[in-house]
Amino acid sequence: MIEVSNLSKTFGIRKVVNEVSFVVEQGDVLGFLGPNGAGKSTTMRMITGFILPSSGSVKVGGYDVVCDPVLVKEKIGYLPENAPVYSDMSVFQYLSFCAEIRGYRGINRKKKVAEGIEKCFLSEVKNQTVNTLSKGYKQRVCFAQSIIHDPKYLIFDEPTDGLDPNQKHEVRLMIKEMSSRKAIIISTHILEEISVMCSKTIILSNGSIVVNSTPDELKAMSSDHGSVLIDLDNNSSDNAVNCLQKIDGVKKIKLIAFEENNVSIQVYPENINNQIIERIIPELNKNGFKIKSIFIEQGKLDQVFRSLTT
Amino acid sequence: MKLSKSLFKVWAVFKRELTDYFSSPVAYVFIIIFLMLSGFFTFYVSHLFEVGQAELTLFFEWHPWIFLLLIPAATMRLWSEEKKIGTIELIMTFPITLTEIILGKFFAAWIFIGIALIMTFPMILTVCYLGDPDTGAIFCSYIGSFLMAGAFISIGLMTSSLTKSQVISFILSVVLSLFFVLAGYSPVCEVFTGWTPVWFIDIITNLSFLTHFASIKRGVIDFRDLVYFFSIICFMLFCNGTILHNK
Repeated sequence: MIEVSNLSKTFGIRKVVNEVSFVVEQGDVLGFLGPNGAGKSTTMRMITGFILPSSGSVKVGGYDVVCDPVLVKEKIGYLPENAPVYSDMSVFQYLSFCAEIRGYRGINRKKKVAEGIEKCFLSEVKNQTVNTLSKGYKQRVCFAQSIIHDPKYLIFDEPTDGLDPNQKHEVRLMIKEMSSRKAIIISTHILEEISVMCSKTIILSNGSIVVNSTPDELKAMSSDHGSVLIDLDNNSSDNAVNCLQKIDGVKKIKLIAFEENNVSIQVYPENINNQIIERIIPELNKNGFKIKSIFIEQGKLDQVFRSLTT
Repeated sequence: MKLSKSLFKVWAVFKRELTDYFSSPVAYVFIIIFLMLSGFFTFYVSHLFEVGQAELTLFFEWHPWIFLLLIPAATMRLWSEEKKIGTIELIMTFPITLTEIILGKFFAAWIFIGIALIMTFPMILTVCYLGDPDTGAIFCSYIGSFLMAGAFISIGLMTSSLTKSQVISFILSVVLSLFFVLAGYSPVCEVFTGWTPVWFIDIITNLSFLTHFASIKRGVIDFRDLVYFFSIICFMLFCNGTILHNK
């Protein structure tokens, strides 16, 4: 369990992290969201013991990061921002060094390195010097480093930054696959990742926690949440809008797009618990509209993100 | 158990740093330049052959000056590069203490300079061929030179931790080392003679690498000289730790 309580960090007179508290337990994947400079990396650096907190405490597996840094660091796997790697070493040498410093020797070390290389699909490049690798490979090498000792706690600072869509997908799968056995903290800019990977979300803004909830709850905060999006094969939008307006429980209707043979309409209900869609479909059918598609909007994270952080 | 675990981590850092020297051209350029400079100064500036004595004092005399130029170049990247490419964040979040990292880096650089010193063995062969040198004095001089190199390295390592720019690290290291060298250089001492108390000049000259190196070069390894070099090393490494701890 990672327990962060009242964590603050001041650089000079600027308070970068302000009284941040949260708990991450085994099985949790905590997504750290926030605009640039919100204090995500600083918080992660304090949890991993890279910088000391100005006040507050971090406990990892029961040990305090300031009092027992080595014990804490043994339990954590950390992927720093921009995935730093020693550029003059080969991938194999680099991972060997990381395993060695984690206390693995001889056969054990070779086994750990081989596992890391296999898990992160690095076997093609294992004898290549790190600085000849592309950004995506470097990221994977550093990722391999963070999981080489099979840690209980994982902290990833923008793990998918600079990867192509396939690699992003692989990294997400890897994180998902590990998530049940570990406590994971991920920071990211990519909002879709939050809904794919995370079970909890924290939004930071100017160093303070703005929201601490789940991705679904976060989406529910969107003003679009629960609205119904309809595409109609129709030439006249007015008819459709008029027809929809008559339905019970409709609060607002927004015309989103109007092209030839296609009308997109968003219908906001008065109460999202009201199954308004069940009334819309028969009503439209009755009036002879052809429904091309219809679905209930879950809410958009980016909309919520913007409203909370600006 | 705890000690062996700790030594093992120091060993891991040591090995990485030492291979880093040799996996890039740095080590080879360094050793070649070191050998060329020491040969040039010994034979062409000090005229070892013309002096007619089978001894190496003329060779060792140049070591502080060669070290002054070259050792900062060998140590400047030790921390600066980690800071620049961000691997410092990696190594500082490994389960290893700052002391262990510093010791690993320090010993790697020290052994590297030791290797460069060993490569000067043709000098010994030359004087042995020419006559019958005092092998005891030569051995002591090598020890002294190695200890002095350690002091230079500790300074370079410390200045390297101050900045992520290797150039700044190099310059700071040269300036600080220059202070420790010049303090015992006779023209500098003369500036102080006559108008400052004797004890003051004593303190200044005793701070110098030259004074202590000269005393070892004579063929006696005095306990005080050992204490001197080791205290410089420990002090500088301690400063290094403090700087990084409070960054």
